[in-house]
Amino acid sequence: MQTIITSSRTRDTIILALFALVVLTAPLWGTLIGAGYPDLLQKFAIFGLFAIGYNIMFGLTGYLSFGHAAFLGVGSYTAVWSFKLLSMNAIPAVLFAILLSGLFAAVIGFLSLRRTGIYFSILTLAFAQMSYNLAYSVLTPITNGETGLRVLRDDPRIIDTALGIQVEGSPLSDFFGLTLTGYPGFYFCAVMLILGFWLSLKIFRSPYGMKLLAIKSNQIRMEYTGFNTRPYLLSAFVISGMYAGLAGSLMAITDPLAGAERMQWTASGEVVLMTILGGVGTLFGPILGAATIKYFENIFSAFNEQVLQQAFDFLPPTLTDLMVALTRPFVGEGWHLTLGVLFMIIIIFIPGGLIEGIERIRRLFSRRRQPPGENSPGSRSHSPREPAA
Amino acid sequence: MDAFLLQILNGLDKGGAYALIALGLTLVFGTLGVVNFAHGALFMLGAFVAVSVQNLLTISKKVKDESITFFDAYKETPYLEIWWGDTGTALIDYAVPISIVIAIPVMLLIGLAVERGLVRHFYKREHADQILVTFGLAIVLQEIIKANYGANPIPVGAPDIVAGSANIGALFGIEGLVYPWWRMIYLLFSLAIIAGVFAFLHLTTFGMVVRAGMHDRETVGLLGINIERRFTIIFGLATIVVGLAGVMYTPILPPDYHMGMDFLVLSFVVVVVGGMGSLPGAVAAGFLLGILQSFFSMNEVKSILPGIDQIIIYLIAVIILLVRPRGLMGKD
Repeated sequence: MQTIITSSRTRDTIILALFALVVLTAPLWGTLIGAGYPDLLQKFAIFGLFAIGYNIMFGLTGYLSFGHAAFLGVGSYTAVWSFKLLSMNAIPAVLFAILLSGLFAAVIGFLSLRRTGIYFSILTLAFAQMSYNLAYSVLTPITNGETGLRVLRDDPRIIDTALGIQVEGSPLSDFFGLTLTGYPGFYFCAVMLILGFWLSLKIFRSPYGMKLLAIKSNQIRMEYTGFNTRPYLLSAFVISGMYAGLAGSLMAITDPLAGAERMQWTASGEVVLMTILGGVGTLFGPILGAATIKYFENIFSAFNEQVLQQAFDFLPPTLTDLMVALTRPFVGEGWHLTLGVLFMIIIIFIPGGLIEGIERIRRLFSRRRQPPGENSPGSRSHSPREPAA
Repeated sequence: MDAFLLQILNGLDKGGAYALIALGLTLVFGTLGVVNFAHGALFMLGAFVAVSVQNLLTISKKVKDESITFFDAYKETPYLEIWWGDTGTALIDYAVPISIVIAIPVMLLIGLAVERGLVRHFYKREHADQILVTFGLAIVLQEIIKANYGANPIPVGAPDIVAGSANIGALFGIEGLVYPWWRMIYLLFSLAIIAGVFAFLHLTTFGMVVRAGMHDRETVGLLGINIERRFTIIFGLATIVVGLAGVMYTPILPPDYHMGMDFLVLSFVVVVVGGMGSLPGAVAAGFLLGILQSFFSMNEVKSILPGIDQIIIYLIAVIILLVRPRGLMGKD
């Protein structure tokens, strides 16, 4: 665990500046790894935000919520309704989405946080499934059911009409005249991601974040010290719900459409996967996890037999066939299998996720360079934490 | 009144499935203390045992169709029919009952492998870790099934003799009350399995030791009993129960790779409503929620409370958890 108090202000500023630099230059380095197109980069940013927010709840307080997809869905629907009723401008859409999903999170959190552990997980799951089922059935006037909510040309758009802005062709979201598709869309998401990261950094470094961590390590002792933990938990839940709402609105901004499937519990499962894969409770882990999953989803699902044949072409023919046969189930349609296997390996061997993995490799190398005899770390000390049987 | 009775009957077989899944889930939680998110996937595996058996029985070869004389027509005839004639046809017809016999050893092996290979390492880890690793396992299992059987539901038929519906209305003197035979069989089957599990736990020495271990694992261990090994067998038993629930459910719902996830959420709700770790609670809650679900999907109810059928189960779970967190029959 990183030390939280000792890190100075300047160090945080440097971290933030470096983060902003990496995010804003994503189109450049993205090209190198074959991810240099706005669609994918937008996904990195949006799911990164979703995972950062989720991490504030799960990473800091240890409460495992299985219902965050509901807030994502609420954010998307709100954004699309803002497009339909008010304006195609992205700012009101984002603001309303954050507000409404925060409100939703406050209600659901208020009820769910009465219980802890597995009961909390089941409660959030139940609420999310209720929202999903309702969005599919009775709330069709609001959500447009299975078809999904779309922005239409003859929607009222009060503000746009008042300002005399006309929509030509199919309506697209904009930022004061700048149409948010392609790279402008990515940069809008990127700025939101940097803002979101900044807030999460602040929370991690604040006494508030410390208290959330204290709840994770021992809630009862925290209560005995005289703290009422409920307001802390609820506010953390609302904040992470707002992040999810923001991510949902960004989905609607980059593609003005909202569907109920975004609220399904497997979507909540996905953000759990991302957070764990990257490193739960770390600053960068969730973003890393989200980017990794979305990157491999894109790369792996595009693989097919020919690509594999080319990849193993350097081997003798029989070996090539063998390797292709072996790897075929893991790519293309079956990339979820890779994800599942990878996820299990992470949980079993490196519960700290990719961040812990990187940290271990770094330590391994830095110790190797030390002169022999100083302290002799056997490879044993690096071996994965063996769970007690 | 007829409609009401019919809805209760419809709820009973669904409730039977919920009860069986929740029973296994509770067994595993009560003995091993593990929250098993792969339980739904095991249900799905059971259903696919039936699919595999049907596929095996109907391995076919092209045979010339003698009834068509204008041109050379071929039709697929299963080897079993070629070898044994009518006996073969009957065997194919009884694919689901045959699957039950085959599913028992198969599911036992799968269960033991999962427990020894994976779950064992997570006894001492947090519930969150257990949920996550079994969730990962569930993804892996369902993707393996998807890769081998495709993404579409595969219909598996019940034997012809019970394909129709029973006119049970005649028994009570009510007109037009029919109920599919297979659903009735499912209900009886689930009751039999539940009775079997309870008898096993309450009437055998093995079951007595297991119950003692559920109550106080450490003391049982101190008495020199290898409780770990018995719990492993209980995990296998839970896998068999859920697998059989899956096998028998195939004629009601054609299985696809995703069915486990759908049932998982519902069965967790059932377990929580019944009370974590309480076996009678799981069974009672399973039937109760099944009946309530059918009852609230009646048009009369839906017209008063639109959409209630979609959320009733979750609503009940939320109310129970908030008002009575131990569940209906849970102990402290």
